[in-house]
Amino acid sequence: MPSLPQSIDATQAMLSDENYICDRSLATLVYLALTLKRPVFLEGEAGVGKTELAKTLAKALGRDLIRLQCYEGLDAASAVYEWNFAAQMIALRAAGEGGLAEEALFSDKYLIRRPLLEAMQPHENGPPILLIDEIDRTDEPFEAFLLEALSDYQVTIPELGTIKAPEPPIVILTSNRTREVHDALKRRCLYHWVDYPSFEREFEILQARAPEASETLSREVVAFVQSLREADLFKNPGVAETIDWAKCLVALDAVALSPEVIADTLGAVLKYQDDIAKLAGSEATRILDTARARLSTQ
Amino acid sequence: MNRANGNLPPQGRLSRNIIYFVRTLRRAGVPVGPAQTLGAIRAVEAAGFSERRDFFFTLRACLVSRAEHLDVFERVFSMFWRDPEFIETMIQTMLPMIQTQNAPKAPKTAEQRAAEAMLEGAPPPAQPDVEDAREEVELDAEFSLSANEKLQSMDFEQMSNAEMAEAKQAIAQMRLPIKPIRSRRLTPSHSGSRIDARATLRGAMRTGGEVLKLPRKTQGHRNPDLVALCDISGSMSTYSRLFMHFLHSVSLAKGQGWAQVHSFTFGTRLTNITRSLSQRDPDAALKTVGQLAKDWDGGTRIGESLADFNKNWSRRVLSRGAVVLLVTDGLERQDPEELSREARRLRLSSRQVIWLNPLMRWDGFSPQAAGIRALLPHVDSFHSCHSLNALRDLTEALSTGGSGEKQRLMAML
Repeated sequence: MPSLPQSIDATQAMLSDENYICDRSLATLVYLALTLKRPVFLEGEAGVGKTELAKTLAKALGRDLIRLQCYEGLDAASAVYEWNFAAQMIALRAAGEGGLAEEALFSDKYLIRRPLLEAMQPHENGPPILLIDEIDRTDEPFEAFLLEALSDYQVTIPELGTIKAPEPPIVILTSNRTREVHDALKRRCLYHWVDYPSFEREFEILQARAPEASETLSREVVAFVQSLREADLFKNPGVAETIDWAKCLVALDAVALSPEVIADTLGAVLKYQDDIAKLAGSEATRILDTARARLSTQ
Repeated sequence: MNRANGNLPPQGRLSRNIIYFVRTLRRAGVPVGPAQTLGAIRAVEAAGFSERRDFFFTLRACLVSRAEHLDVFERVFSMFWRDPEFIETMIQTMLPMIQTQNAPKAPKTAEQRAAEAMLEGAPPPAQPDVEDAREEVELDAEFSLSANEKLQSMDFEQMSNAEMAEAKQAIAQMRLPIKPIRSRRLTPSHSGSRIDARATLRGAMRTGGEVLKLPRKTQGHRNPDLVALCDISGSMSTYSRLFMHFLHSVSLAKGQGWAQVHSFTFGTRLTNITRSLSQRDPDAALKTVGQLAKDWDGGTRIGESLADFNKNWSRRVLSRGAVVLLVTDGLERQDPEELSREARRLRLSSRQVIWLNPLMRWDGFSPQAAGIRALLPHVDSFHSCHSLNALRDLTEALSTGGSGEKQRLMAML
């Protein structure tokens, strides 16, 4: 099992070895989270690499990745544990007249582990990475529950007692900010706002993630996307869209951007009809010109 | 500084400086708790930084928990760590001021000032109005109509100061009824549609494996959020001020009603006033609203304001089935095309859009203005809000879920 990085530089190097290119601020945060064993709270627009960080960390550290995808109405039964009632019922019926001792019925055998409980169990590769994705989609009661689970790294099952993690898992929470998550939860975490990267950074990311795209094409794609983010769009494209788009263009054998190519592939970058309509016609050409002008000055 | 001496005693100079820094940060409006401060000191020890930027990132990760505060943090950081003594002297010189700020102030004058702030720029205060009102009340007395009843149906714009104060009190008692929405979370219920397996098993345990009854569970309910968008342009003047009172009382009742209440004002630009309205004292709350929104009594750009809301806020506040309360007269001076487009998007991303329009007070009101024609097709219901009675009707209409006057007006389009 790879050991934890010993400095901020080592953390940044470890992440970039796994093709996750990030700013020093994020590397500092990850280093602190690993050293202090505190949860990380990543907030930012969709597609800036929040979830990807958890996946990368799991790969780089050789840990298991446990993912809890949040949604409205998420409850303990799907987040922590559930009893296998059907099996319990059969066991109970099979035992017949004498009945079954409670300990036998509520034993490990009938326990279905959900992500949170799974993360509290010992893992042979060391404490796992627990990714709690899109926490903003759940409701306040679940947040309050998480607060408890994350402060002591333990969960209580009434029939079995308290289960405490032997070593705290590395917890990463992400939020798209579709609502404000309560401050109490955020305060227990190291907070980071993941912003859109700068031109150079995004270019590096694209080179690492889509090496098949030529340097010229990559530069044009990044410059175009960066200019798009300045245009008044309903939803700005994220880094994920930049990578997708570059891959689309490579698949279509495009060597450079042109208004026609852009019009054909815009669906990879923009996901709202209003935004696509806005870019129809001369607007795309105008943005392409701005992007080229920017490239030539760099 | 290197890792070797990174193991700071809590009384160390650096820790003390961090504590000072946190104090400054708090004064600049970033809420930081003691636990976070302690965490920051530990983190700085752990990071064993050798560079200023690492120190910056470390403190930022520990002390900031909202994206809005990043900017403030950066400014305070660069000022403080460049010259902490400068800030200290600033604090020293400001201390007396700060103390006076915190000292209990004479409530009477504060209220008065707030009232002045509220009434500033309202239609020429009142002297003639008072006369008129008195005359009318006397007239009413002949028809044995009490002054109170008169107040109920009186247009806010016609009210004298005294009547206005009374109306505000009445408004403070009002609540906006709420229609709970279905939650995906399950709760035990006798007539539920699903079997509660866990409870069934527990029951069977007691009877030696025999299932005697099937406990059930059903989907629970939760209260939706409310988002209010309130026009504060010149043409809305009196109504928007009173509506602020209404919003304030609704915001405070959030524990019993709406899950969250988000409020915005718009005239020429959009302002989020949610935090101001969360202050308990209505005078203080409305005073901060007055300071926050700079475009009181100016022009209207409804379409642009809605576009701003759709782009920057809708995904943050409308994601959980929020109900939108749009308070405007619909007198758009800009492009009605844009207004129509943005209203449509607003409709698509919210659960329900309720339009309150004070212009409805005239019996002969018909949707002639371009802005009104653009907006009307995209709202779910349309109501008047010019008097106490109208507001009361509104609360009734909302609990029964009618569409108000929308159908009638749509027929006139």
